[in-house]
Amino acid sequence: MKVAVIRFPGANCDQDAFYAIKDDLALQVEYVWHEATSLDGFEAVFLPGGFSYGDYLRCGAMASRAPIMNEVHRFADEGRPVIGACNGFQVLTEAGLLPGALMLNAAQKFICKDIYLKPVNRTSIWTRGIDRTLRLPIAHGEGRYVLDQDGLARLQDNDQIAFRYVSPQGELEEKWNVNGSVGAIAGVLNKKGNVLGLMPHPERASRQLLGNDDGLQILNALKLVSARL
Amino acid sequence: MATVRVYVTLKPSLLDSAGRTVAGALQKLGYSELNEARIGKLIELQVEPYEEARVKEMCDKLLANPVIEDYRFEVAGA
Repeated sequence: MKVAVIRFPGANCDQDAFYAIKDDLALQVEYVWHEATSLDGFEAVFLPGGFSYGDYLRCGAMASRAPIMNEVHRFADEGRPVIGACNGFQVLTEAGLLPGALMLNAAQKFICKDIYLKPVNRTSIWTRGIDRTLRLPIAHGEGRYVLDQDGLARLQDNDQIAFRYVSPQGELEEKWNVNGSVGAIAGVLNKKGNVLGLMPHPERASRQLLGNDDGLQILNALKLVSARL
Repeated sequence: MATVRVYVTLKPSLLDSAGRTVAGALQKLGYSELNEARIGKLIELQVEPYEEARVKEMCDKLLANPVIEDYRFEVAGA
């Protein structure tokens, strides 16, 4: 199994993702430039965080129209694992691969700290192995998830809510909803459950040397899929 | 050459946290008549020739995100 880490100009978590996949998951991984047009030979995609195209116009807007995104759409349709963290999540919503949008944090501030996450969906490849509250870092200015009431109802009916921001004890409380997201939503899935977007950074918490390996609870999905190939 | 002005605005139902901050600052400056400020974008396009359908396509494909934004445009000089 080989994972593609897509590189957009302005991405800055591409190396974190690369080494988490290579060293902590012990999987094959390669960078793929955003102007490439083929993902032949790859089985999964990681869209890293950062500030693609300087966040001009809207976060992720230009990246979501890059040539490589046709292949990311194909992967999503074919049910292959696709994950976007932070800016990668913004790219996935802008591409229409995930519902909703990400807007300026309610407190108008860039927030860089550890938060707590609880899985909601328990059946997708990305969430089914998680049996506890996770602590993960966030670092974003525009992570407030928004979606209209009808969209939110559909998200709930289809079990597409991947994660919510919670207290360290796993309780849903507004004060732990760090950026003011609707429903305290931190991550969402597509209908099939193979595409995950989330604002927290699992790739920055993938080994004890970094002080935290909770990110592996999510990234291990790539390993499980790899074992089945 | 036609100048097309595209105005992109946040949907009225959405919280504009930057606009709210600006409104707060204006109120602190003494403009008590101010109820709300909302921030949008103005994008000026130079096109030749101008075709309304093509500009609409540009807005739908990239300039505005229909999940959170509305847009309108006007031709300044054809």
